[in-house]
Amino acid sequence: MPGSKSIIPFGPQHPVFPEPLQLRLMLEDEKVVEALPAIGYVHRGIEKLAEKKEYTQNIFLVERICGICSFMHALAYCQGIEMLMNVTVPDRARYLRVIWSELHRLHSHLLWLGLLADSFGFESLFMQAWRSREAVLDIMEATTGGRIIISTCIVGGVRRDISEELMAEVLKTVDALERDLEIVRPVVFDDYSVKQRLVGTGRITSEQAYDLGSVGPVARACGIARDFRETGYAAYKEIKVTPITETGGDAYARARVRIREMYQSIDIVRQAVRDIPVGDIAVSARGNPEGEVISRVEQPRGEVIYYIKGDGTKNLERLRVRTPTFANMAPLLAMLPGCELANVPVIVLSIDPCISCTER
Amino acid sequence: MNCREKSPWIVHFNCNSCNGCDIEFLACLTPIYDVERFGIVHVGNPKHADILVVSGAVNYRNVRVLKNVYAQMPSPKAVVALGACGATGGIMADCYNVLGGVNQVIPVDVFVPGCPPRPEAIMDGILQAAGLLNVRQEDRNAGAEVRLTIQPAGEPEKV
Repeated sequence: MPGSKSIIPFGPQHPVFPEPLQLRLMLEDEKVVEALPAIGYVHRGIEKLAEKKEYTQNIFLVERICGICSFMHALAYCQGIEMLMNVTVPDRARYLRVIWSELHRLHSHLLWLGLLADSFGFESLFMQAWRSREAVLDIMEATTGGRIIISTCIVGGVRRDISEELMAEVLKTVDALERDLEIVRPVVFDDYSVKQRLVGTGRITSEQAYDLGSVGPVARACGIARDFRETGYAAYKEIKVTPITETGGDAYARARVRIREMYQSIDIVRQAVRDIPVGDIAVSARGNPEGEVISRVEQPRGEVIYYIKGDGTKNLERLRVRTPTFANMAPLLAMLPGCELANVPVIVLSIDPCISCTER
Repeated sequence: MNCREKSPWIVHFNCNSCNGCDIEFLACLTPIYDVERFGIVHVGNPKHADILVVSGAVNYRNVRVLKNVYAQMPSPKAVVALGACGATGGIMADCYNVLGGVNQVIPVDVFVPGCPPRPEAIMDGILQAAGLLNVRQEDRNAGAEVRLTIQPAGEPEKV
């Protein structure tokens, strides 16, 4: 019947989503009128569990909030504990943290590129992106022993060093990745079919993005130059990061931001490998955290906020995590109304959702 | 040997996972590991699938979805549980919202250990499950009664 509305539950088990997100879409014919997220399918209760475990054990727990950006979760947590315990991290460890952070960003963005390509049916781009990504995972395995969850961040530094020979391997990997990106970049930037699907899809204005509190590439694609690496945590004091911005505010602009960020990450890895000082990789941290602190780190999807409250015992009193996808959920709901049902997967994946982070 | 063992179709359900197992499972599909050389096809529809690959532990909210996905698959079917969480709940076992491993809800044939397991291990697990499909089909041909271990979970929730 024309004009009547129907509600379609999109997910939780859906071929496009690797994660169980449910969107209840109110449709008028093929047009989305309203979208309501129904979350909770991956809620575990990690924040509560973190109060039961010791603060050193929590590192392994927060790494498993999200397997894609696990190192950054550990980094944000460790930085918070270090602030509470007044631990100064050795310089070499700060640079190593930057190297692993940027490798994580590279693999996360390539993963996103593959999933986005899959969402609009570009199977070969999906395969290409994931093929390039394996090189990053290989170097992560060579330097840490783990492909994805690498568990190298500890309170007071890092667990492992990267030797000279491996540093050369890291450089070789990013060189090869840059060559791969040179092939992929024109496809995303200029290809007619890709632009047909991405340009104008899921557009929000700069004001909307700001008012709804979007973070990371979603905000930067609307021209909001906000990147938390600018504040100079880890070795970002020495390695300057300029936020990459686009002005389109649509899925195409978000894709451009992420592709350009990959080049930026490659540059940062090169700088860090070049400038890394010699020295210790960790200091021993004694005592227990006391007081409260907010620790912020720029993840591939945006800014993560850790609120940590310690009471002088080995258990934390409270751990609160605000993840980037949670912040980007409100902008997502602003993007969906007005689009066609067939564009919903593209729009959802254009914000690079991480539901495991959001629901913890 | 039949088509199921030569070319099992798999459906993936992320139960309560941190994405670690999921992206390693997806890595199996991509050129470096290329699980399709074993005839394994990743499908989105559980009614097309022979093997269910579950990552993560079960929680109170998705237990119904997991049962539904399993009940929709045609027999003979097999289940592969990925990772420490899929086996026991792993590091999340003590969380208030976690029920435990996948075998608390549906029968699991192959557990793939690791946190996250490597793609090679995941492929091995899927191939072992594919071998089971054949055995199950032969049992059925021999007249064994096919028992539905899980009843369909009824009408979907009203939205």
